[in-house]
Amino acid sequence: MTALATLYERMLFVRRFEETLLDLFSQGKLVGTTHTYIGQEANGVGVIDHLDPAVDTIFSNHRCHGHYLAFTDDAFGLLSEVMGKATGTCGGKGGSQHLCRGNFYSNGVLGSIVPVATGIALAEKKKGTGAVSTVFLGDGTLGEGVTYESLNMASLWTLPVLFVVENNHYAQSTPVELELAGSIRARAEAFGVETDELDTTDVEEIHAAAGRAVARIRETGAPFWLVLHTYRFSPHSKGDDNRDPAEIEARRERDPLTVAGARLEDDEREAIAVRVEQRLAETVAAAEEAPFAEPEAA
Amino acid sequence: MSAGGHRRCAQVLNEALHEVFAARDDVDLLGEDVLDPYGGAFKVTQGLSDAYPDRVLTTPISEASLFGVAAGMALRGRRPILEIMFGDFVALGFDQIVNGISKFREMYDDQVTVPLVVRTPMGGRRGYGPTHSQSLEKLLLGVPNIVVVAASECHDLRALLVAAVEDERPVFLLENKLMYGRPNRRPEHRHVGEFEVRETGGPYPALTFSATGFSEGSATVVTYGGMLPVVLDAVTELVLEHEIFCEVVALSQLAPPELDPVLESVARTGALVTAEEGTLTGGIGAEIAARVQEAAWSDLRRPVQRVAARDGIVPSARPLEDAMLPSARDVVEAVLVLEAVRS
Repeated sequence: MTALATLYERMLFVRRFEETLLDLFSQGKLVGTTHTYIGQEANGVGVIDHLDPAVDTIFSNHRCHGHYLAFTDDAFGLLSEVMGKATGTCGGKGGSQHLCRGNFYSNGVLGSIVPVATGIALAEKKKGTGAVSTVFLGDGTLGEGVTYESLNMASLWTLPVLFVVENNHYAQSTPVELELAGSIRARAEAFGVETDELDTTDVEEIHAAAGRAVARIRETGAPFWLVLHTYRFSPHSKGDDNRDPAEIEARRERDPLTVAGARLEDDEREAIAVRVEQRLAETVAAAEEAPFAEPEAA
Repeated sequence: MSAGGHRRCAQVLNEALHEVFAARDDVDLLGEDVLDPYGGAFKVTQGLSDAYPDRVLTTPISEASLFGVAAGMALRGRRPILEIMFGDFVALGFDQIVNGISKFREMYDDQVTVPLVVRTPMGGRRGYGPTHSQSLEKLLLGVPNIVVVAASECHDLRALLVAAVEDERPVFLLENKLMYGRPNRRPEHRHVGEFEVRETGGPYPALTFSATGFSEGSATVVTYGGMLPVVLDAVTELVLEHEIFCEVVALSQLAPPELDPVLESVARTGALVTAEEGTLTGGIGAEIAARVQEAAWSDLRRPVQRVAARDGIVPSARPLEDAMLPSARDVVEAVLVLEAVRS
């Protein structure tokens, strides 16, 4: 299998996993809420391919499923977590946005995760593990002040933090024009942090840029700020979408699956789709079978 | 050394920091202005950065993030001690405290621990005014899954600090600005001055004081931290001026609440006064009163009295500050109210 086919298969799995989540929601089989990554898959898949789950760490946010699957490949743990099952990655305690497995963490308060990822990098630096601490933030998180405190400390102390800013152009329902002043990139440059910026849904371009960023961090030990302009096709969470449908449709021409899929042979793409559907069906069946989380006996 | 052969509390804490740094190389200290020769605003970290330059980190003034940085370090196997220069500044860290530090272990299903220590001084009576004088521990008391420990000048400060560093849970070790300069008056031959003292076991003990060998007592006064010397002055006055004998319980573990020594004392005295330096409403006294009446209603002959600061700011001018903060006189009057109810 080519590298592109592997990336495509991961993206397709994330996409189909989350479409399945939304279906299961409408069937009443999921609890709480969920924030899907549909449309942004090339970012997580492209970046995380450069990280070693045994060494590197990720701190993700409320929109964490794509990052989690790309890093851990633990679809059963995630699905059963979101279904409130005892077999969930956090035993049903965390739900969709509070995940932990190995070196992966996520939490649900915007900005909150950025200092923690900075502290992780400081600890790993002290331990001399060579780990890169990656934190995923979005345009909305740029409204939180601790983001800048963290940038300052990461630069000041030369910490191996990869800040990935996924600008999907909306903070919940608020368009970026109403929540963000100035330049996203220049924010980090002001702290003396190296940056790169891409406006693409091409997983190969993102993969290459992320590879350069991670390599720089491994070489210098210093932080890197990678800005990825993107778009989510799905609502913020489930039914809450006031965007112009024409805007969303126009963006679908740049669907990362379409862009990458066009470079694969038809039969390879179809074989991937079959594998993804089969794995997904097995995952759903297993998660449906799993026992629900129950309070411990007093 | 200081009067009575006791070392000052800041010096005891400083030596304890040196001891834990020598004993464990996974301990780091972060805080503002902690480097030598300055050694911290209250000098508790003096000499530490000279001895351990790689493990003492002076930080930007970024408390809101520093709590998160410490949490990240603790998640990854370090044991950070975060010094917050004034307890008031803990307010900046509440998102990290409430939504991260206190949650990670339980919400990640016990896959992680967060063994960090936050050291910070609370308390007024130095004229520092509304934002540098508060006792905010009650805000921490309602946060699950953290340990809130109040040091007092009669506690084994070395043991408290060592226990906090060894604890797998997040520990807030609350110090006190006036305490730093006072002698660490540990019981000698089970006595502090005229008081006989009983000390509970465990990492964060309570001290119970009695001037009558635990044979006679009209009320129990439960307190902690910087209020302990105020309360000891009050109960001394009650003996000398009114011939009323009280037991005093000085807690160190405020949360999770550990009230056995209070219940034991109330079983002897039948009455309770709570004394705290923070503001009254929603305070620690309210929590203690609720728990004691649940557990020991039949022991209580009279309603629980609470002594605390007036609900308002801590003013800067000395007479105003004195009027706002709870005094020995307030404690005396609370006990006298109980006596009046009895007679």
